[in-house]
Amino acid sequence: MSLEPVSQRTQPVFLRNVRFGFGGRVIQDEMTFTIEDGEFVAVLGPNGAGKTTLLKLLLGLIRCEAGEVMVFGRKPRRGNSGIGYAPQFRTLDANFAVRARDLVGFGLDGHRFGPGFPSRKRRKLIDEVLEEVHATEYAEASVGELSGGERQRLSLAQVLIANPGLVLLDEPLTNLDIAGAQEIITLVSRLCASRKVAVMLVTHDINPLLPHVDRVLYLANGRCAIGPPQTVITRETLSVLYNHPVEVVEAMGKKFVLGVET
Amino acid sequence: MLRELFSSDIMVHAFTGGAIVAVVAGAVGYFVVLRAQAFAAEAFTDIGFAGATGAALLGVASFAGMIVFSLLAAAGLGIIGNRARGRDVEIGMVLSFALGLGVLFLSIYSRTSASHAMSGINILFGSILTISSNDILLALGSCATALAALALLHRPLLFASVDPAGAEARGVPVRAISAAFLAIVALTTAGCVLLVGVLLAASLLIAPAAAAVNLTNRPGQAIALSMATAVGVTWCGLVLTFTGTIRHLPAGFYISALAALVYGASLVLRKRLRRVRVFEYPHGDRETG
Ligand SMILES: Nc1ncnc2c1ncn2[C@@H]1O[C@H](COP(=O)(O)OP(=O)(O)OP(=O)(O)O)[C@@H](O)[C@H]1O
Ligand SMILES: [Mg+2]
Repeated sequence: MSLEPVSQRTQPVFLRNVRFGFGGRVIQDEMTFTIEDGEFVAVLGPNGAGKTTLLKLLLGLIRCEAGEVMVFGRKPRRGNSGIGYAPQFRTLDANFAVRARDLVGFGLDGHRFGPGFPSRKRRKLIDEVLEEVHATEYAEASVGELSGGERQRLSLAQVLIANPGLVLLDEPLTNLDIAGAQEIITLVSRLCASRKVAVMLVTHDINPLLPHVDRVLYLANGRCAIGPPQTVITRETLSVLYNHPVEVVEAMGKKFVLGVET
Repeated sequence: MLRELFSSDIMVHAFTGGAIVAVVAGAVGYFVVLRAQAFAAEAFTDIGFAGATGAALLGVASFAGMIVFSLLAAAGLGIIGNRARGRDVEIGMVLSFALGLGVLFLSIYSRTSASHAMSGINILFGSILTISSNDILLALGSCATALAALALLHRPLLFASVDPAGAEARGVPVRAISAAFLAIVALTTAGCVLLVGVLLAASLLIAPAAAAVNLTNRPGQAIALSMATAVGVTWCGLVLTFTGTIRHLPAGFYISALAALVYGASLVLRKRLRRVRVFEYPHGDRETG
């Protein structure tokens, strides 16, 4: 048996010439990029550009129509425990029947079959991650009585507890005030550095992320551009992407894109 | 008086059969309440009714007919329903059609003889006091199957019931789980029907669990509380049937009345519990939001 060099593409994310869409309608075409271990990538683009769909592609929830997708050197598959995903819309049913800590515990063993009993180790793991996202205070509260921002933190905690190598966060900053958003961003960027976790974070506002992200993936108009913020969020790149003149204004260390509705 | 009660075979059968069904109904009911599928559970009892009367007409054991019909319905609902919650319209149609079929079978069947009319009544109102050891074995079998399946599935089931998007991303087969759960509900309602009859089966399945959910936000505790309440309600109902001032009121009446009472009490208690909980927070103003 010869040890064939499997794929060299063992990066968290590898895409080459990928096309995806729904029922003949192409959402993104010719998508090519890779994301390295510990990299923090912001995903930007107008509504309907395909940001959420891209994450679902990596999760194996949908298939691409052309091209090659690899996650840690393997084809995307459902239930990949190497990926942590916080969905854009989390409808929490039966809100008052579970506590914050139960929601976080789902990330640990919610997908497992068989009986399963609470243990001290499980409790400790949950306590630690709640501490990490500063949610200890409401650990025992019913999920239904928490604010949107508090739920966002739990969502992040549910993702982190499984210790994934790739974290996909779909608009985790909505519902957060400026301080709350800042706190989550700091947390995520610390995570990238310390645990070498690759992060793709979908957002509509790049400004609070500017000091932290390594690269920006900008989707628009069925195409994408990737690179450091200072090369992607420019008049030249975005005008090509949107296929019409776009202006980028910088003021007080912030970038504002004019001429499109992001 | 109580000793006298337990000396008879009938009562021993009723109490053991009742406990078996109540334990499972309490546990399964918890998930029925979480998933807001009380209406589907109600529909299963009516489908079971059609199955039971149909089987009686064919001269087959009515329990078998009940199981077959409700499992078929579970499969049907599992196939058409890709949403975990609700589906009121489809369920309402199936329910009324099943009820109509049941009425048809029952009227043909009970015309044939007086004893047949009596067993028809048993299907509608339950036969806990005439329950035979054979029936207990049947109930035990279906309930044990339901409970074992629930033990196997409870974690992904809870995950998918509370946070479907998160569960799907984590690889939980959400659709398969919800279909499997319908089958569990089908088995459980069949057991309940045996005990308290078609008309009251849903009360045993829903009220204790709904009361438990009102009283605690810990899933494990809620399931235990729901099972205990279901057994308590059933046993109290049986004791009242035999010792109550107006004797031989149907056990189903007492059981459903007690179940409703417990639920009402839980609503009152919940208000008080919620008010107390505010003070557990370092910042006591959370409840106002
Ligand atoms: N299941 C689906 N079936 C058909 N079309 C879909 C489906 N899901 C998404 N789409 C379409 O694909 C496009 C991309 O959707 P997607 O959710 O990825 O957008 P997005 O970039 O995340 O937008 P937003 O910023 O609003 O979240 C949209 O036009 C949407 O209508
Ligand atoms: Mg989206």
